[in-house]
Amino acid sequence: MSTTTTASPNEAKLWGGGKSPFNSEYGKVMMWYFLMSDAFTFGAFLISYGTVRFSTNGWPNSNEVFRSFPFAPDGVHAPLVFVSIMTFILIISSVTMVLAVHAGKNMDKKGVVRNMIWTIIGGLAFLSCQAWEWNHLHSEGAWWGMNPFLNADGTASSTNFTNFFFTITGFHGFHVFSGVVINIIMLIMTLLDKFEQRGHYLMIEKAGLYWHFVDLVWVFVFTIFYLL
Amino acid sequence: MSHSHTDQEAHNKEAMAEIKKVTIILSVFTVIELLLGFWMMGMTSVGLKLAVKGTIVILMMAKAFYIVAYFMHLKHEVKNLIMTIVVPLMLFLWFIGAFLWDGNSFRNLRNDYDPYFKEQATIKVEKKEGEHGAAKQEAAEVKEIAAPAEKH
Repeated sequence: MSTTTTASPNEAKLWGGGKSPFNSEYGKVMMWYFLMSDAFTFGAFLISYGTVRFSTNGWPNSNEVFRSFPFAPDGVHAPLVFVSIMTFILIISSVTMVLAVHAGKNMDKKGVVRNMIWTIIGGLAFLSCQAWEWNHLHSEGAWWGMNPFLNADGTASSTNFTNFFFTITGFHGFHVFSGVVINIIMLIMTLLDKFEQRGHYLMIEKAGLYWHFVDLVWVFVFTIFYLL
Repeated sequence: MSHSHTDQEAHNKEAMAEIKKVTIILSVFTVIELLLGFWMMGMTSVGLKLAVKGTIVILMMAKAFYIVAYFMHLKHEVKNLIMTIVVPLMLFLWFIGAFLWDGNSFRNLRNDYDPYFKEQATIKVEKKEGEHGAAKQEAAEVKEIAAPAEKH
């Protein structure tokens, strides 16, 4: 068939065998599909939060709940300040991850090591902030099954708010934690010249996809819990 | 790769410019979100509040797009790969719409047919400050009164 130029010749060649139709490595494609399924898990959590919030008459005011700051005196009212710092930490660590992936594409080992270290530091900083916030909320009497905060209109609230908050930020925090562990493993493998021997830094790209996904989820969690 | 040395350098410069641009966009959008959040605190008008919340959601979606398209490089992948990821995610359109609608409908039904549920939303509670015990006890009480309402 030498005259099949009418339909879409490129596509026929693309799937005709002998080359990668997605022009991507197997592990990277599978990482994408894993992240897609993880997006549905987080989506289900956040949508159930929305459903329960919509089915309830009152809801606590997030600006009243998340208003403190480390080392600040008791009773300080600084809503959104601490969480915006957490958000920027995660954005910056996402940027250093992009720079690590970029350095990997150029086979620049030094650049990969430097940026991976910054990314790990950012991840640990975020986890520390979250640990402080959880500890602070717990000291105020908030936990799974315990909600000391009243609804915004002064009526009694159920424990739905704290249950969802600790479950969803906990699940996200667990993702950050595993991301930091993966990044540390990638850093060690880089230092051991594993990727130099393989001739490519594709593993850094895959770890990078996971790390960006963690940042992506935080964009939604941050907006939904702290702003809306 | 048949890139010459200068080609590679030009490509590097382009990639770095893109990273810089996206970083600035993400930071600016976050700052706008926070400013809107601060502005919304003292807001009494329900309609205006809803409009601000809508703006925040749009900014959130824009940030998500920039992270996925540029930081995760999805925009530079083959179109077929993009479609296998984006098309299944369209399920979220139904997922979000249906469930928020359902939650809203459930609240309206309970307000219509469950006088106790409606009454609870009008009784103000004294705010208990500070003490751990008080907070825990209050939470327990709330749990008790919430339980029968959920049996419907």
